[in-house]
Amino acid sequence: MISSKSKEEIYNIIEKRKNMETPLMMILSDIQNKFGYIDLEVQQIVAEALNIPVSEIYGVVTFYSYFSLKPKGKYVISTCFGTACYVKGTQGIIDEFCNKLKIKPGETTEDGLFSIDILRCVGACSLAPVVTVNGKIYPHVKIADVDKIIKEYKDKEVLMNENS
Amino acid sequence: MKIHNFEQFEEQITKNQDIFKEEVKDNKKVILICGDSGCVANNSLKLKEKFDLLINQKNLQDRFLVKLTGCFGFCSKGPFVKIMPDNVTYHKVKEQDIFEIFESHLLNNVIVERLLYNKTKDISLIDFYNKQKKIALDGCGVIDPHKIEECFAIKGYTALKRCLSSLTSLQVIEEVSESGLRGRGGGGFPTGKKWLTAYNQQNEKKYVICNADEGDPGAFMDRAILEGNPHSVIEGMIIAGYAIGASKGYVYIRAEYPSAVKKLEKALEDAYEYGLLGQNIMGTNFSFDIEIRLGAGAFVCGEETALIASIEGKRGMPNAKPPYPAIKGLWGKPTIINNVETFANLPFILKEGGVERFKSVGTEKSKGTKVFALAGKVNNIGLVEVPMGTTLRELIYDIGGGIANDKEFKAIQTGGPSGGCLTKEDLDTPIDFDSLLAKGSMMGSGGIIVMDEDNCMIDVAKFYLKFICEESCGKCTPCRIGTTRMLELLEKISDGKGEESDLEELDKLAHYIKKASLCGLGQSAPNPVLSTLDKFKEEYLEHIKEHKCRAKVCKSLIKYHIIPEKCHKCGVCARFCPVYAISGTVGKEPFEIDPEKCIKCGLCMSNCAFKSIEKTTGGENND
Amino acid sequence: MINIKINNKEYSFEEGLTILEACHKVNIDIPTLCHYKDLVQSGNCRVCLVEVKNNRNYVTACNNKIYEGMEIFTNTLEIIEARKKSLELIISNHSLECLNCSSNQNCELQALTKKLNVTERYHGQKTETTIDDLSGILTRDTSKCILCGRCIEMCKKVQGIGILDFENRGLKTIVAPVANKSFKDVPCTYCGQCTKVCPTGALTVKENIRDLLVALKEGKHVVVQTAPAIRAALGEEFDYPIGTNVEGKMVSALKQIGFSKVYDVNFGADLTIMEEATEFIERYTKKENLPMITSCCPGWINYAENYYPDLLNHLSTCKSPHMMEGAIIKSYYAEINNINKEDIVVVSIMPCSAKKEEKDRNDNDVDIVLTTVELANLIKLFGINFKDLEDEKFDNDLLGDFSGAGVIFGTTGGVMEAALRTAYYSLTNQEYEKISFENVRGSEGIKEASLNINGNEVNVAVVHSLSNASKVLDEIRNGTSKYDFIEVMACPLGCINGAGQPKITSSKLETKEKDNILFNTYKRAKALYDEDKKMNIRQSHNNPQIKELYSKYLQYPHSPKAHELLHTSYSKKDKKII
Repeated sequence: MISSKSKEEIYNIIEKRKNMETPLMMILSDIQNKFGYIDLEVQQIVAEALNIPVSEIYGVVTFYSYFSLKPKGKYVISTCFGTACYVKGTQGIIDEFCNKLKIKPGETTEDGLFSIDILRCVGACSLAPVVTVNGKIYPHVKIADVDKIIKEYKDKEVLMNENS
Repeated sequence: MKIHNFEQFEEQITKNQDIFKEEVKDNKKVILICGDSGCVANNSLKLKEKFDLLINQKNLQDRFLVKLTGCFGFCSKGPFVKIMPDNVTYHKVKEQDIFEIFESHLLNNVIVERLLYNKTKDISLIDFYNKQKKIALDGCGVIDPHKIEECFAIKGYTALKRCLSSLTSLQVIEEVSESGLRGRGGGGFPTGKKWLTAYNQQNEKKYVICNADEGDPGAFMDRAILEGNPHSVIEGMIIAGYAIGASKGYVYIRAEYPSAVKKLEKALEDAYEYGLLGQNIMGTNFSFDIEIRLGAGAFVCGEETALIASIEGKRGMPNAKPPYPAIKGLWGKPTIINNVETFANLPFILKEGGVERFKSVGTEKSKGTKVFALAGKVNNIGLVEVPMGTTLRELIYDIGGGIANDKEFKAIQTGGPSGGCLTKEDLDTPIDFDSLLAKGSMMGSGGIIVMDEDNCMIDVAKFYLKFICEESCGKCTPCRIGTTRMLELLEKISDGKGEESDLEELDKLAHYIKKASLCGLGQSAPNPVLSTLDKFKEEYLEHIKEHKCRAKVCKSLIKYHIIPEKCHKCGVCARFCPVYAISGTVGKEPFEIDPEKCIKCGLCMSNCAFKSIEKTTGGENND
Repeated sequence: MINIKINNKEYSFEEGLTILEACHKVNIDIPTLCHYKDLVQSGNCRVCLVEVKNNRNYVTACNNKIYEGMEIFTNTLEIIEARKKSLELIISNHSLECLNCSSNQNCELQALTKKLNVTERYHGQKTETTIDDLSGILTRDTSKCILCGRCIEMCKKVQGIGILDFENRGLKTIVAPVANKSFKDVPCTYCGQCTKVCPTGALTVKENIRDLLVALKEGKHVVVQTAPAIRAALGEEFDYPIGTNVEGKMVSALKQIGFSKVYDVNFGADLTIMEEATEFIERYTKKENLPMITSCCPGWINYAENYYPDLLNHLSTCKSPHMMEGAIIKSYYAEINNINKEDIVVVSIMPCSAKKEEKDRNDNDVDIVLTTVELANLIKLFGINFKDLEDEKFDNDLLGDFSGAGVIFGTTGGVMEAALRTAYYSLTNQEYEKISFENVRGSEGIKEASLNINGNEVNVAVVHSLSNASKVLDEIRNGTSKYDFIEVMACPLGCINGAGQPKITSSKLETKEKDNILFNTYKRAKALYDEDKKMNIRQSHNNPQIKELYSKYLQYPHSPKAHELLHTSYSKKDKKII
């Protein structure tokens, strides 16, 4: 169940966008940006507010890869799979991340720490292959760097746990 | 600040004419840093912070001004720092270089030689820029996109003023037609013709849509334009609205481009503040509004009817054409959809004498320039704008600086997932809509990927087809199921299980999908397969008959092998192997890879300091 | 007029036709799969491809209009190959378990593969399968879905609900209720119209033939009752033309199958009218809870409970006809025949899927509901040669008589007309002269009529399909409704077009008739009106056995006994999906 505070935020988002024509995509984008995912409960709220069948909203959410139904991991590892990155070997890097974290692209590790996303092109082709973790960019990544990147965030977690 | 008539607009232009000179008078210096996402990804914002910090520490705010601009173009050598008015550009600047630039150049006027590219102070003189011609990229890397005044300084919105003050809608369309401008989104449809259709529709409501849903993986032209000079696109859209009789425009832009969205939002705000958008623009009867609509990661939404469906809050599934959007588009109203670059060309074309100037660039049937995102295995990766008719060779070797790492050139891919691969034999093909099409590729939106001997063409075809399978909307049979069946045939071949008859089947399916699919995505989906089948048939046959992948990419066809004579017996490879496939005794026995266990991840090879591990394929070194 | 060439022959057509429509007019057949006139013309399946001169790509005939000078080729070798390829690809992502499919031999895809001589050619990855049969009413099997989208349009546009939609994209695309949930977990009305338009077996009505066989085997006293619409459609399953009334043969077949009694729900319909007309007059006189809305249609009841719970007091409290008849069978009939209520099994043959769900409401006396199609299957199962049967009459003891008013229940406007015949009599003490009320007949979505009965102005409306229902319901909500009495049927055209009826698909129609599915379906209504016309007794209150039932058992309409047995109540359903 979502909290009443989140609910209020969702209503605010809807209210803000409601007056434009066919505002669904904008509302969903706002919710995705704000909460990181759009689950069924939220879709139901939007459906009622806009008087659209919830099945239609679900259809829209599952059509666009930018929207996600489930929360993502604390650290979202996004590997760019644009052509420039592909020709420079992204596939091996994705495989290695999957291998190391034991999840597939689009999934989240059991501890909720990592998810792997495949991006269509971050537009930084000169840095190919590119990996970003929560927005931090790793240029010219090699297969051997994968371990280091994961470790960086695992260490960060350990440190945070010790401090708290 | 609001402009109420043409005179007030001219005043603004005049007033801001010397804005760049003003900044640098009395020995002041301006530091320009590329703030485009590409360079930001390479830490350029940190560079600005560092400069600001040093300047503030020494209280020199009145002597130095640090500004972020759009893309310089030469991305692989970024981030760039340009010092004005000295016109000195430093490349590959890192955080630790800032202090030196500050102390040496800014405070003591001594140029930091080691940071110059090819020892050239004025970077515009290097080969990379030599053959380029800026029309759509006008202002990119020059102005601060956050300041509309700087846009006035380069005569922004003067084409709009000219249209509103001295041309009728029809005259605008005539000029656009006369210029020969063709849609830069890929299809190359004559822009004027599209506008005329919409103009001829009798309807109270019409719409202008800017397609900024740049979906071609490995392309970032549109993003760079929107981040570098969003006003050129806004101006183009307003002109389009005036021409077809629309009062509302939408920019449909990928949500994955947050920085471009922000810069566009700011630019729209500024344009509204100056009265260049909104009611009664420059005091005329013409009113126009622009609203941003976000796309959410669906390649198919680059297709016009799918894009419209998306704005309408639906799944981005294309609809049959006809009816064409220019007749029945957004919410059923006449709508023109043009791509970012197309709009960005309009301010140039519609300035006094612009049509002639534009026509003088390019080839007979493809006028003007084209912006490309040049990437892949070339030395100079970046954003380039070249006159139509420039050859691929010039693009790769003169501008791109040739193939990186002394490898051999293999193919050049244009047009993204809808395009095709061209080979060495095609290098003298002039870049224009028709020549590329004739060679089995297409112009596309501007992604250009150069490939070398390490790229397997079957794998490349697989890459694009996989992309299509994932991005197919699922509506029509050929695209939804047909492309998957093609991909499966390719996988069979790359797994070494292919038969010659598979090539025939691939070809049949490809031709069927091209002719039977509902929208452009499906109709062009087989192109990467068809073009590689056509130009690299030998490589396909090698995979099938000899189980050989000459680029050593297809995992099923390669083996990793430790050369015993070269092995230093250090055991590093064994430590990196995730599946314990490598055995040996440190210091005593050369290490060995168990081919049964090996998953061909390549970690051993990339971690071997002595280059003792090799990849083999198709019976080479089959011990 | 537009001049075009089809296969090198010149033709002229009026403007605005699609290639398909034009070809149909001149008897040129083009295979179609996803196309369904007025519902889906999206060109998804790519089966109706043709070649058009100067066109680089193939053109879909279903959604491209003809234009002056167009040259169309419908049967070149290349286009035949292309159509085959579309089908080959479709079946490469299709369950080929035809033998186990309830749509076996009643499948547009199967028929087409035969027609185009297509067999399995491609093998590969298929869309992940979901089979939902949890509701016990409707079954959804994604492995048989071809993504034509007809069901989506039917549910969203015609029924105004939107339970189904596309989900995911690419090869993962499926049609499903939200989040691929079961029908039982979403506010579905079970009208089953989605199954009617499904070209394959992806959406079907669950079968209950086994339940009946068990009851027969156990030697129970099995009483069957058939709804009015059955007789007008059953014949189609035995190759009779649409609109043939096969009442006599149907009764004969049921008797051969071994039912203890064969009754007509028309008796229940007459009983419903007695109660409902009385209820209406009472409300009308008191001006209470008006407009009153009919309650025979379980799809409509589900819709009201889910989507208009605030208007439930407008619904008539009458049970539906077969439920009333079931209640009488298990009380009056049982008592008189001295049979233990528990030993009676009441079977209803219904044109409807929602009736299967209605029988599970808490105050039910019907045990098994079979559809028209199930009855046809049953007849075939028992080896009965339907066409050769002699006509027989329904059992005529106790509940055997019925009036013409009961017969017309099976089509839109029928319940209203039947009720008006009796209400007129109640208010004026004389029969309505013309007997029939023509204003409430016909296939129009919303029909209205205004009657002056004894100085009283009575405004009535008849609506069918739920999107039309929602229009008149919104008026009630807003307080702008001008009606006193409304008939609602969930299915377009009413029960004659229910989900339990045989599917009428364009493939079963003559080339020239292919685009007139609804028009052809409405022929079934004519069969019912014809029967009504032929009846001696045309009003429910004149049914002698109804009179007897009241005098011997129920006393009078709305008596306490009648209330106990024949009326029901409604409750708001939570349509939330989580």
